[in-house]
Amino acid sequence: MASAVLFASAAWAADTIHVGVSLSMTGPGASLGIPERNAVALLPKQIGGANVEYTVLDDATDTTRAVANMRKLIEGGADVIVGSTVTPGSLAMVNVAGEQKIPVISLAASARLIEPMDAARHWAFKTPQNDSLMADAVADYMTAHGVKSIAFIGFNDAYGDGWLEETQRAMAAKSIKVTNVERFARTDTSVTGQVLKVMSSKPDAVLIAGAGTPAALPQKTLHERGYKGAIYQTHGVANLDFIRVGGKDVEGTILPAGPVLVASQLPDSAPSKKVGLAFIHDYEAANGAGSVSTFGAHAYDAGLILQYALPIALKSAKPGTPEFRSALRDAIEGAHELVVTQGVMDMSPTNHNGFDTRARVMVEIKDGGWKLLP
Amino acid sequence: MDADIALILLQDGVVNGAVYALLALSLVLVFSVTRVILIPQGEFVAYGALTYAALDAGKVPGSIWMLGLLGVAACLAGLWSMRHHASRGAVLRLLAGTLLLPAVVIGVTLLLAGRAIGVAGEAVLTVLIVAPMAPYLYDIAFKPLAEASVLTLLIAAVGTHLALMGVGLVLFGPEGFRATAFSDAVLSIGSQTIQGQSIWVVASTATTMLALYLFFGFTLFGKALHATAVNRLGARLVGISTALSGRIAFGLAGVIGAMGGILVAPLTTVYYDSGFLIGLKGFVAAIVGGMVSYPLAALAAVLVGVVESFSTFWASAFKEVIVFTVILPVLLVRSLRSPVAEDEE
Amino acid sequence: MRRGIGPILLLLWLCVPLVQAVPSFWLTLADYAGISAIIAIGIVVLTGMGGITSFGQATFMGFGAYATALLTTQAGWSPWLTLPVAMAAAGLASLVIGAVTLRLSGHYLALGTIAWSVAFFYVFGNLDVLGRNDGISGIPPLRIGSTALLDSRSYYPVVWIAVGIVFLLTRNLLDSRIGRAIRALHGGAAAASSFGVGLAGMRMLAFAYAAVLAGLAGWLYAHMQRSVSPTPFGLNQGIEYLLLAVVGGLERLPGAVLGALVLTVVNDRLQDLLPLLFGSQGNYETIVFGFLLVLVLQTAPAGLWPLIVDRFSRHAAAHPGGGEPLPNRTLPQPGALVLQAEGLRKVFGGLVAVSDLSLELHAGEIVGLIGPNGAGKSTTFDLLTSVATPTSGAVHFLGASLSHRAGPAVARLGIARSFQHVKLVGGMSVLENVALGAHLRGRAGPIRAMLRLDRVEEARLFAEAHRQLARVGLAGLEALPARSLALGQQRVVEIARALCLDPVLLLLDEPAAGLRHAEKVELAALLRTLRDQGVTVLLVEHDMDFVMNLTDRLVVMNFGAKLAEGLPAVIGHNPAVIEAYLGSVA
Repeated sequence: MASAVLFASAAWAADTIHVGVSLSMTGPGASLGIPERNAVALLPKQIGGANVEYTVLDDATDTTRAVANMRKLIEGGADVIVGSTVTPGSLAMVNVAGEQKIPVISLAASARLIEPMDAARHWAFKTPQNDSLMADAVADYMTAHGVKSIAFIGFNDAYGDGWLEETQRAMAAKSIKVTNVERFARTDTSVTGQVLKVMSSKPDAVLIAGAGTPAALPQKTLHERGYKGAIYQTHGVANLDFIRVGGKDVEGTILPAGPVLVASQLPDSAPSKKVGLAFIHDYEAANGAGSVSTFGAHAYDAGLILQYALPIALKSAKPGTPEFRSALRDAIEGAHELVVTQGVMDMSPTNHNGFDTRARVMVEIKDGGWKLLP
Repeated sequence: MDADIALILLQDGVVNGAVYALLALSLVLVFSVTRVILIPQGEFVAYGALTYAALDAGKVPGSIWMLGLLGVAACLAGLWSMRHHASRGAVLRLLAGTLLLPAVVIGVTLLLAGRAIGVAGEAVLTVLIVAPMAPYLYDIAFKPLAEASVLTLLIAAVGTHLALMGVGLVLFGPEGFRATAFSDAVLSIGSQTIQGQSIWVVASTATTMLALYLFFGFTLFGKALHATAVNRLGARLVGISTALSGRIAFGLAGVIGAMGGILVAPLTTVYYDSGFLIGLKGFVAAIVGGMVSYPLAALAAVLVGVVESFSTFWASAFKEVIVFTVILPVLLVRSLRSPVAEDEE
Repeated sequence: MRRGIGPILLLLWLCVPLVQAVPSFWLTLADYAGISAIIAIGIVVLTGMGGITSFGQATFMGFGAYATALLTTQAGWSPWLTLPVAMAAAGLASLVIGAVTLRLSGHYLALGTIAWSVAFFYVFGNLDVLGRNDGISGIPPLRIGSTALLDSRSYYPVVWIAVGIVFLLTRNLLDSRIGRAIRALHGGAAAASSFGVGLAGMRMLAFAYAAVLAGLAGWLYAHMQRSVSPTPFGLNQGIEYLLLAVVGGLERLPGAVLGALVLTVVNDRLQDLLPLLFGSQGNYETIVFGFLLVLVLQTAPAGLWPLIVDRFSRHAAAHPGGGEPLPNRTLPQPGALVLQAEGLRKVFGGLVAVSDLSLELHAGEIVGLIGPNGAGKSTTFDLLTSVATPTSGAVHFLGASLSHRAGPAVARLGIARSFQHVKLVGGMSVLENVALGAHLRGRAGPIRAMLRLDRVEEARLFAEAHRQLARVGLAGLEALPARSLALGQQRVVEIARALCLDPVLLLLDEPAAGLRHAEKVELAALLRTLRDQGVTVLLVEHDMDFVMNLTDRLVVMNFGAKLAEGLPAVIGHNPAVIEAYLGSVA
């Protein structure tokens, strides 16, 4: 009965697809998980003629809970799992996906979720762009603008780890020197020490790798201490709260982002423009103007993948069966040129993310808003 | 590292340390009166900061509804505890304290939010909204546990901390807020610049310490509180009720917590869950002060702030590792120098 | 629980997964609960019994989990082989950490555990070899033969057999000579020390034991989860483990298991029920959980297990005792010099508590130490037993100097004492408290205790305890918890405990306080018998009738110094003594 309650309302309807969602709606990942939940609420309740039931659970940014949630969702008859928000929880869930043979679409960033391909990762997909894609974009932009050395200030967590690794690789490839590596925690009240250390090495630019509003603190402190070089952020800050908290201190910040962030500024030829605008419209209609964040878009993209893949899987098997889950997995892996809000996905047996350079743009913060850079 | 950098780090450490000192003071205060290690103290700071930031941005802070809710709960808890011996006066006092007060504060906030009431007005309003929550919590959660062991009280404190943090997420959302500084003044001494806000923080801490000193040394309430802290039975014998002194201690902690939040809000971004780690640092200081000594606790708080500041410079990834390893020898010395109170718990 | 019910319940509980109708998610929850229960059992030993509050048990779990994760993924070890390594890793870590933190006392210690818990969280998260914050994934599952224990149903027996074994071994440990010593750390440490328990060693033992259990839990966790990262081993989790032990009942072993089950289930139920009540757009789980936690504590401050179970039954394990009587030491010849104190002086700050006191005790005499309140009698006791170190002067016992000898060493020489403020372990039975006195007369260590290889010795110890308890006239009260006795009886229990040491010298601090007249007469008779057997007795007492009739010699103290010494009848007429007591010549 415990888990029957989960999908109670439609438990016996034959053509009901169960989508289990586990997100970090509390704890350190909450600022990502909550917009993701809001986006899940926008997903269609009918796909390919079948009803779709979404069950959303909170994993409190805790690995143990993430796995427990996944098992609970599977027990409740889930055909596919979406989540979790952050990498450690998602990594643990991928193990379960391999064991239970159920596709999982993670909303976390790390490429480790899908590489190297093995029996467990066979079942794992992810919607956020790989950090490497974004880091390369930053490195390219820096090279074009004559940046020779940078300092790195990143979260002291999995997000910061991922970016640190990719930054060092991407910068080395472009012969840009990384002078300092500093870390800070989301709830730190002061980053003066890190900033002073960074400034003492006089880098041409500083790259701050943090998610959401906490990433504004190093930038504010850099300004207070009179740093004049360029400041780069990552796509983790792509929500308006960041600009609200950062205020005038974050003007001129350059960051890589998914195209959805500046959907309205994209040329009409851009593939993601239409679907991106649709997402923004729906999201803000439900949650208020200016509320949209790219984290929500990752969840929305998971929905778009399902809208593509579920009808295909429905043709060959019935929901609730292992055959259906397997067919669904195959269908997702077969997605070619699938347009989502963050870019265009080209899945393959070895690439379960499938994004290319169409999935990122460079953006500058200008006049309290996002401006697409050419 | 040159002298300039060292001075900036020192300044940064002292400012952070001053905030920890505020918390340490109230932790010591609450513990010595009620034996509760007030983990939720950090939440009062976060509530204070977020409430102040909301008022500062001209919005109605969600925390007023929390105040109302806690008031109602405290009222029910009070009525329940009076079910056998309710006097009309006591019930009226209870209703005034738990229903009327929040109602007035909510009304005033709704009326004033969005109007220019100045930094002082916003600060006072913030304290009025946040501080009463603390004594309500005492009535709801801790008063019925007055005879329990320190460990049980601590776990109850963890429970309130969890609940308050959860409420914080609902009320304020997952993203952080930052308020504008009290003053944009920047003081220059040689190559050093000191932010006006930093001076505010240190001055307020010093003032609070002085006020506490005067309160305990020279007022009747203060002496009564002190008496409870020293000897609970004795205090009861001379007619000071444990419940009242507990309420006052929590109330003071609430005021200090809200103040800490107001001071911190312009300095840094505050989140619904920022309080725990700030509170933990305050707790460190309070313990180093032996949970009884105010000056030692304040000194230790500044020390924690400074160590933290320097360790972010040297090895930012290992900041907490350094801070918490450095305190171990300090604890050791303190522990060896204080007599073992075996039957303490 | 009645003997026999426990194993049957465990067997039934182990069979649950065989019932296919039981949803496998229930088993998932049970698996998690079992892992938590193992840690909580450690906390019962450490905190509930040993009085050491630790927020850092999750860290030790991390040591175990990372140890197996590293060895299985990097070195290709079989998970079964890493089990002892994981437990040893946690144990070793606890020895190193304990060497520093266990010197701390009270709140300092609690904060110390928080400190290393926070520190190790960041260490785990910043070491490349441990996979930094992402941790290590792809840990192989446990295998039995060729079957991989992948899902919750097949993992369940592993977890709960482990819980069963741990429970049994821990119960055995606590019900042993060593266990009584650990239990005495909380509330009776000074007494335990004076009966030969090495406090530092016992604290370390409890600490390491809890850590090894946490290491086992970490190993189970790693192979169930098949990935590890720093978050499950942080401070918040450490607090949660302490919390579930407190909710279950910190002083009761089954409470740990109950607490783990209850909280795991409650957490899960909230996740399902709250959205039905409030809609799915908010996150109210932590709020309601915190609220419920406070509510539970208010209803059951001692935990759920005592609240539920103690209503139905409340009895301590029976310890019949038997076997060969313990050997007794040879007492010195009557009249031989037993104890000699010379020029004892103790200064606290500026206050002279004892000044230049010299004292001799001879085998087979009863000496009374009397004097007005604050005369320094109890301090003298502490000096004679090496509990306090004299500022100057020396104490010799049977020719050996007592200076620089700690409590246990003094006990070994044959000095036993009772305390002015009774120091019994309230939660232990009267009999167990008395048996603590015989600590030095047993030898079995923790391993023998856990495996129940100590039963012969235990029976002998308890036989001795029964004998001494009967001797002081308290037969029949053996099974009662010590705290349920009247204060006067507790004092007498202390005498029985002291007799269990087989003492040469017995120091009694106000033994007759709180006794009725008839009981005093019996006590006096007992002390006389002891004297006739060659035991030396020094007692502090305020009841003058009792002292005058019983003692062979009196030493009178006033203001820390010896005022007079002599036969009771003579002292009774000494004007200086009368003045000291009455303030002026009567």
